[in-house]
Amino acid sequence: MNLVLDGALALLVLLAAARATLARQPLPAVVAFIGYGLALGVAWVRLGAPDVAMTEVAVGGGVTGLVLLRAVSAAAAGAEAAATPVRRVAALALSLVVFAALAGVVVGLPEPAPSLAEAVATHLPPTGLGNPITGVLIVFRALDTLLETVVLLLALIGVWSLSPDRSWAGALAGLDAPPSGALDFLARVIAPVGLVVGIYMFWAGADVPGGAFQGGAVLAAMGLLVIAAGIRPPPRLQCRSLRLMLLAGPFAFLGVGVAGWFVAGAFLDYPAGIEKPVIIAVEVAITLSIAVTLALLVLGPPKERAP
Amino acid sequence: MSGATLYGLLGAALVAMGVYGLVVEGSALKRILAFNVLGGGIFLVFGAVAQRGAGAGFPGDPVPQALVITGIVVAFSATALAVALVKRLAELRADDGEGGA
Repeated sequence: MNLVLDGALALLVLLAAARATLARQPLPAVVAFIGYGLALGVAWVRLGAPDVAMTEVAVGGGVTGLVLLRAVSAAAAGAEAAATPVRRVAALALSLVVFAALAGVVVGLPEPAPSLAEAVATHLPPTGLGNPITGVLIVFRALDTLLETVVLLLALIGVWSLSPDRSWAGALAGLDAPPSGALDFLARVIAPVGLVVGIYMFWAGADVPGGAFQGGAVLAAMGLLVIAAGIRPPPRLQCRSLRLMLLAGPFAFLGVGVAGWFVAGAFLDYPAGIEKPVIIAVEVAITLSIAVTLALLVLGPPKERAP
Repeated sequence: MSGATLYGLLGAALVAMGVYGLVVEGSALKRILAFNVLGGGIFLVFGAVAQRGAGAGFPGDPVPQALVITGIVVAFSATALAVALVKRLAELRADDGEGGA
């Protein structure tokens, strides 16, 4: 029974992926991609990784899908050259070779499987965290997570720098949703609930599946919903509090990391005895920055100021 | 066949699909889509490896799972930047078209 379920799910993922890569028009391809993200999220639950499932559905499918949807009209304007038959055959051969090589690796994985689960279980209790994924992200592989927050910030700087100088004084582009009573109603009803859900996902992430990235993505979605419904205007680029929220996560993390040198003897080491409060403080800052950065990446570069 | 092997093979198939799309597609947006499908496949192969490493009461090895979360967010950052570049390119092309007309 389980294998039937897994097989059907795998087929669904494959079909969605095929539609996303092969559909001729950009809009159906992007919609199929969002479905692909959702189906992939269920596959992650089947693989025993609910934390990854939430991230895949929220960031991999949801927010990425939204960014791609907003680019569909731009893609339609671009010139498109059809691939020659020779190129198609070569691509097919290449992808078959890639599949064969990877399938060989998957089938021939070493037995017994190497694992760091024991090491994580041994070192998790002193951190005061119950969720091993959060433990790995914030403590054991803290440098990865620090650099990840920096990558998000750099991507946003990259997006912003694509706008001409004169746009910098203006507001960020809105979501261009036509005014609609249903959207307005949804934003007023869902946004307060979603705010609580997002904060809960972050807070509960210390002990059960969830965490800064999943919670931050939900908070970002609520902000975007409010902006799309026109209840609040998109923020201005020069808003000082906006910039402080963007910088809070990476710099709080970096500050705690440098303090670790003096207090605990190593970069990104947490002081013994008060690990949990310090970890939560860092997580609050990261969640805030992730939420704001994700939302601003969706909004894109600032609009040109109306003359 | 175990669940981990099935999803590992699914991941391999997704990577192959992504490679095909990257080579064949002419439009930048479709290439970005193919890149994301490819990335999802790589994460899934890693997820199969993680599930095989289950132990100590965890349903999977938490270290590769956490790395996948990092990977998904970094892939999103790259996608958002790439999409912004595509849109800017379309704007410039539209401006050129107006200038020539």
